[in-house]
Formats: sequence, C-alpha cells, structure tokens
Amino acid sequence: MNIVVCIKQVPDTNEVKLDPKTGTLIRDGVPSIINPDDKAGLEAALVLKDRFDAKVTVLTMGPPQADKALREALAMGADEAILLTDRAFAGADTWATSMTLAAAIRKIDYDLIIAGRQAIDGDTAQVGPQIAEKLELPQVSYVKELDRDGDHLFITREFEDRAHKIKIKMPCLITTLAELNEPRYMSVAGVMDAYREKEVQTWTRADIVIDDAALGLKGSPTRVKKSFTKAVKAPGKKYDVDAAQAAQIILDNLKEKYII
Amino acid sequence: MNISEYKDVLVFVEQRDGIVEKVSKELISKGREIADTLGVKCKGALLIDEVNDNLDELFHWGLDELFIVKHNSLGEFMTEPYTKAITQICEEQMPEIVFFGATSIGRDLAPRVSSRMNTGLTADCTSLAVDEETNNLMMTRPAFGGNIMATIICPEHRPQMTTIRPGVMPMINKDETKAAVITEVQVAFTDADANIEILEVVKHTHEQVKIEDANVLVSAGRGIGNPSKLGLLDDLAVKLGGTVSSSRAVVDAGWVDRAQQVGQTGKTVRPDLYFACGISGAIQHLAGMEESEFIVAINKDDTAPIFDTADLSIVGDLNAVIPELIKLLPTKENK
Amino acid sequence: MNFDLSKEHLMLQEMYRKFTETEVKPLAEEVDEEERFPVETVKKLARYGFMGIPFPKEYGGAGADNLAYAMAVEELSKACGTTGVIVSAHTSLCATPIYEWGTEEQKQKYLVPLAKGEKLGAFGLTEPNAGTDAAGQQTRAVDMGDHWVLNGSKIFITNADYADIYIIMAMTDKSAGTRGISAFIVEKDFPGFSVGKKEKKMGIRGSATCELIMEDCIVPKENLLGKIGKGFSVAMKTLDGGRIGIAAQALGLAQGSLDETVKYVKERKQFGRAISKFQNTQFQLADMDTRTEAARLLVYKAARKKDAKIPYSKEAAMAKLFAAEAAMEVTTKAVQLHGGYGYTREYGVERMMRDAKITEIYEGTSEVQRMVIAASLLK
Repeated sequence: MNIVVCIKQVPDTNEVKLDPKTGTLIRDGVPSIINPDDKAGLEAALVLKDRFDAKVTVLTMGPPQADKALREALAMGADEAILLTDRAFAGADTWATSMTLAAAIRKIDYDLIIAGRQAIDGDTAQVGPQIAEKLELPQVSYVKELDRDGDHLFITREFEDRAHKIKIKMPCLITTLAELNEPRYMSVAGVMDAYREKEVQTWTRADIVIDDAALGLKGSPTRVKKSFTKAVKAPGKKYDVDAAQAAQIILDNLKEKYII
Repeated sequence: MNISEYKDVLVFVEQRDGIVEKVSKELISKGREIADTLGVKCKGALLIDEVNDNLDELFHWGLDELFIVKHNSLGEFMTEPYTKAITQICEEQMPEIVFFGATSIGRDLAPRVSSRMNTGLTADCTSLAVDEETNNLMMTRPAFGGNIMATIICPEHRPQMTTIRPGVMPMINKDETKAAVITEVQVAFTDADANIEILEVVKHTHEQVKIEDANVLVSAGRGIGNPSKLGLLDDLAVKLGGTVSSSRAVVDAGWVDRAQQVGQTGKTVRPDLYFACGISGAIQHLAGMEESEFIVAINKDDTAPIFDTADLSIVGDLNAVIPELIKLLPTKENK
Repeated sequence: MNFDLSKEHLMLQEMYRKFTETEVKPLAEEVDEEERFPVETVKKLARYGFMGIPFPKEYGGAGADNLAYAMAVEELSKACGTTGVIVSAHTSLCATPIYEWGTEEQKQKYLVPLAKGEKLGAFGLTEPNAGTDAAGQQTRAVDMGDHWVLNGSKIFITNADYADIYIIMAMTDKSAGTRGISAFIVEKDFPGFSVGKKEKKMGIRGSATCELIMEDCIVPKENLLGKIGKGFSVAMKTLDGGRIGIAAQALGLAQGSLDETVKYVKERKQFGRAISKFQNTQFQLADMDTRTEAARLLVYKAARKKDAKIPYSKEAAMAKLFAAEAAMEVTTKAVQLHGGYGYTREYGVERMMRDAKITEIYEGTSEVQRMVIAASLLK
C-alpha cells in the first residue's frame, strides 16, 4: 500500500503575539511546526504502515526551510520525503497550490492521499479537496476515524451535528482532523536516521508537468488586497452599574468581538 | 472567461434532514444586500431528497428565485453528487458571486466546485463589501490562527466564490410579502457519482467538552457562594456554547471535579472567552487563564485583583448579572 | 571550536522538550508526593529510544551519542529530577559498562534488552561501610568452579527493585587491595539475590533507592564482567561516564528552576509593579543564568570528549562538581525569588531544590570530584 501525505510547515500561530507598540505581528522567534491537522494525517499513515507495511511518502510545497518539517516526518517513521520548492511557486493561492501539488503527486505511485483539513496559518481547508478534484479522485474530509480492509477504507466523517460511517474504495483522498489521533513523537533513532540514512528529494518547477499560467501569484485566481491586524488589546474597562445595564454592556462587547 | 457575462448572486442553501440550516438564511439576507448594491438578483440552489421545511421563508429573507434539485442521493451530503449539481447550476446560471456557509459541508463542497470551475474561493469570510470602482466582491476573513484579517479579491475569474462563517451575517429586512419562485432542475446523476457508500448516519448527543478544548469557559470561584449556583453558570455556558470550569477553591470544596480546575495546579486554558465569576484572581489562578482571548470578570469586590487582568470588569453580584445576561443572549444553534 | 549543535541534536532537543512537556511534567508533582516510581513513563521512554541513546543500533540502541544522551537527561530533569536519574543510572552505570567491557555474548544477552528499554539496569558499588572509600568492598565473590557465590550487601542503589540487571562489584581476592575487586552482571532473580529496605529521601523521591542483599547468591561463571581483578577499574571508569549523566541532571534542575522563576517574577506584583522590574531580581536572575550556562558548557564539553574517544575523566569531574553546586545555588535562589509561594508544594521550585542536593553527593561527592581534578593537575 502506497500512501502520500501532504504536509505544510507553518508558524505556530498559537505562539504569535502582537507588538503592542506597532500593532503588527511578531513573527521572529515563532517556532515552525508541522501543521497539526497534517500531523494527524501523517500519524494515520504511520499506523497503516505499522499494520499493513505500507510505504509512506511525505510531500510539501514550500520554501527551502520546509526541509525541517520533512525531516521531522522522516524521524517519525515516513519512508520518503519530497520538497517541492521553486520561486515560481511563491504567492500561490489555494487553487495554484493544489494544481502544483497535484502535478507532483501524478509522478508518485499512490493508493491513498492524506492531507490535513486546514492549515493554522491560511485557515482555508481548501487545498485537500482541490487536489482531489484535479486528480479526479473521490474525497472524504473531516476524517475522525480510519480503518482499512483490502482496497477499501472505512471512515467516520465528522459533521457538527452527526457523523457518517463511510466505505470508500482506493485510490482516494482524505483530509484529517487533529482530533483523529495523538501523533507519536520522533524517536531518537528516527532523528538520527532522518538526517543520516534517509534523504529529502528536492523537486523544482522543472520536475513537474504543469502550465506556467497555473503557477504562483500570477496563476492565482484570488489575491490578498490588504491585510491588517486586529486592534491591539486595549486595557480593560471597569463598570459599576446595575445588573441589567451590566448584562447589556457584556452583550455589546461580545457582539463587537464576534464571539456571538 | 468573459467576466461581464456573469451576473447575480447565488446562495447554496444547505439542508440537513430536509430542513434548511440557519446559516443559509443569513447568507440569503447578506446576498440580498450585495445583490441590491450591484443591481442584480439573489438566487438560491437547494439540493435535497425530501423537503421538510417551509421554503417561503427563504424568499422573505430576500431570494428572488430558488433552484431545487431533488434526488435520493442528495439527502445526506456526499461530495460528488453535490458538486455535480451545483456546478451544473453555476454553469447554467453564470452567477458572478456564489455563497456557501462555512460549515463542514460548505467547506468540503466549495473547494471541489471552485476547483472544477477553475475559479477562486475564499474561506470562512466574516465580512463582505463591494468595491465601488470595480464592483468586485471584497471578502474579509481571519488568518494566521485569527491573529490577522485579510481582504481577498478574485478580480479575473468568475464566479467569485466564498464560504461564510455562520452566525456572523445579520438576518435583516424580512419582507413577508415576497412571493416564492421555485424552479426544479434536472441533473443527470449516474451510479458512478455515488463514489462513497454511507453505511450509517450517527447523530451526536451532547458531550462533555474538556475545558482545555473549549472555546468558551464560564468559570466559578468561591464567590459563587454555594454549589447550587453552578446551575446558573451552566445555563450561561450552554447559551454561549461553552463549558463550566473553576478555580481551585471550588474544587477543594468538592463542588466540582478536578478535571475542571484552571490554574497553577490545574489546567492552563486559552479560550476565546473566559468568564471569571466570583473569582478573586489569585496569582495561581491567573497563571492558568491569563492567555484567554477575552476575559470578562464579575465580582462584588471592587478591589479584586482579577480586574487587573480582565478585559471587561463588572463590579456586581453575579446572581443578578448572569440571569440578565442569559435573558439577552440568543440561543446557540450551531457549534 | 564550534559551540553549535548539529541539526540532529537540535531536532532531538525539540523532541526531548515536547516529550517532557507532555509526558513527564504533568506527573512530576505526583511522583514526588507519592514517592512513586513512574513505571508508565519508563515504558514510553523505552518506546522512543531514550533508554539506549548512545549505543549502536546493532545492540538495540538509538545510534546517537553521549552528547545526545546528556541533553536527554538535561531536558527530562528540567521537569522531573527523578525521571532524569532513572535514565542516567540505567544508561551510564549499567548498560555502558556492558557495552565497554562485555563479551559479545554478554552484549547480546544483556545490552540489547537494556538499550531497547525492555529491561532496566542498576549499579551496585556502594556499601554500608564503603562510600567515598569505595575500595573498602566487603561483598565477597568466591569461585566455586562452575559458578560464583556472592555474599554481602549494597546500599543506596538507584533503580533497585525495578531493575532487572545489576552490575555488582565484589571482592574476589582480599589480599590484592583494589586489584582484588571484580565486576559481575547479576540478574534480579538469581537465587540468593534480594532487594531490601527502600530509603525515604529528601529529594528524587520517585527514584527507588534500596538496599541489595546477596546471601549465597549464585552467579553464572560467564557473568564476570571484564577481567578478574579489574572490577575497580571498571567501576571507576563507569563512574566517569555516570558523572556526565548526573551533571546533566543537575544542569536540568538548575535550568528548570530558572525557567519557572522567570515566569513567576513577570506575573508577581508587589509595590505596584512586577517584581521582575526590581534590580535585585534582575541581578539574581543574571547570576542564575550565567552559572547555568557555564555548567552547560562543561557538561557538553565532557560529553563531546567522550564521543571523540579522548580522555574525559577530568572534564566529567569538573562538569559534575560545577553543575551540582550550581544546581543547589540556582534552585535555592529560585525558591527565594518565589517568596512564600516558593516554599509551598504548589510550586515546583521547592522540589527542584530538594532534588538538587543529591547531585552534590551521589556518583562521587563534590569532595571526590575535587580529588579527581587535583590528581589530574598534580600528575
């Protein structure tokens, strides 16, 4: 069984803070991690490897430093790693990203493609299903449980109010939620192997078959017109009023903050 | 792609068990507003097996026309039949804008449709506007884990597609005189479209959320007075879609399980909203919750140290304030 | 002289930290309060390769090095001194001597399961009448032709009772002084071997510290470790390596208490501001950080020398001496900066201070380390 896992190296957005003086994000010193939903997907692949002797290939489209995320995946037990990197890919929105990843995946033997549901920096949850569309594969997203029998997968697909128990035939693509499992740590031997025994293959634009028009910023149907930080946390306000007024003040604040 | 050939707003009307989801009505109301700005129509697309709902209401919120596809593969959500149907409607109707609710259905369906149509998609939008100069839709949404807001445009591709966060767009301008115009659409489904098999549908029951996973926490301190008041805090938590947690004093008093303790010797939490009720704000407690996104503190004691950390400080009796707040809050529908 | 850590070491450090944060830190208080040996943590440590870090893969190890091992003990000890010493005693004092002086059969039979963490190891040198004067061994081993018989007792043995394999020093020829001491590999269920009283300790309370009793204990002939009469040399060289582990434990305790203190002083307000704003606090922290960093350099240097197979005995002694005294000083200051709260068991720093004290005593007291360093200088 051949599994391709798409992962993304992201800044740990839980650790990102706002500079109170400038109102901009402090990105320096924020650790880079494997996106949590993707890590769950990788763990799911490794569990299938443990049980069925599957081969696990990890793929990422990113800048050269994404090598570290791939090494971590290798240290967890992935067999092969591919870094898809090229200046031509930069600035890609989800459509262009999915086109590029699909082009790379066409060069790999696979029965199952796993992607995380969404990345904690882009927060779009779009790339996985878009890859499936380009590869003309059936997809199941929001996977909360996963099992395999022969060339079928048995999946629990999570909705807000219900779950579907699904049977799907491979080849197919699934997107995983971080809640799917507790990813294993890297092992000590795994880390040594990741740097000494295994290698990260680097693929550039020249290594894939794709239209230039589909690449990077130019190939992206959507673009960012502007971005801005939310208001810096102002010091708290204190009110000593009657209960009905207090409740109204609370409600107004919650509405303002989009909490309700 | 000739952009000027695309007109109108199309809303994907989401149903579960034949009943239209609230988010779709929010999107219709917003769609109406955007359509009026552009001087175009607001249409809807509903994929369904059996209609179990009053569809007139959709027109009251602003729909001009509703397209319905009825088929037995459309009852429970499956990606391919839904994608096929919506894509066909989009190709036939050529809307300039398409809205989907950012639900677990919308966020599965929209990327598939947008990819099939080779157009752009924006995710989880929280505010929308029309650019006066270009008539392009400006889609604003949170990114970077919610730390920044980005405004996205899709200038050269149509339709401009976006999923929109539920519970954000207000439902306004209800017109109960508006007539229903419903058109049934035939889609040539094949067996191959059902490329997954749904073996079972399992409806969720209310489960206890772990405090470290909750987005909203209503936290009890010794100031609540006695354990019977926990019911009041729980009512508030339910209204906000949250969970009850507590300070150490309440756990030590045996009123609440240790798993719900926030603090130095309890858990560290960082919810979007933290209500500190009757909590003084000892340093051991602060250590466990000071990273919460928005902290509201209610305490009778004007000098309580919690007020130094809270974003919104209410000096008052929680027994009076909380019931008033519960009265004002809408009932939480979707998670 | 390159002080940088390689990519592998940096990634290992990241893994050690994540593991410690999730698996070790949450249990540290309970392990101390209940004097509980963290059995479940040891299983997880084994699963991820912590129990055989510096040994080659062919012997079930992780194929890393002594620097990686020292860093592991450091990171674990930041959260829990008990967990750090379990790994250290097992790796340096039991698995390492088998790796360095064992026959191929002994390595296959004992080193492999130890390195994989399937079995836990311990080391028995100290006796009721032989501490710093380790040469005064009274445990005797008599050659009975086709087996050995050991009689005697050991005290203050780390990992005792939970360990399956023990390296035991015993006198084989009383007339030959230190050259009459030999080393043996003893399994827990050899007839005549038992574990006695468990000590109640000031710190590292989750670590099992017990007496070992050998009453006509039968040890197979082939379990002699190294050559006969070379046991003292085996013990001394083993302790050289063990010192790196303990120095790493002390380093971790110092760093852990410093990290907690930095967090606390930013939160704690007195006189209308955070106490981190007061110069005294800042100066104390500066001293704590400098001492800890100096200890780190000594520990890593000793480990690197051992990896390069260059004599490292003096460096190991310096690392252990300095790191232990730094740990005591830094953890004590940490409690002081926490004020009254630091004295309560709700905060971890008092435990770190109690844990730090033993690092000045075991595996060679600070006085012994000074003897080793002076001897090296005055050769």
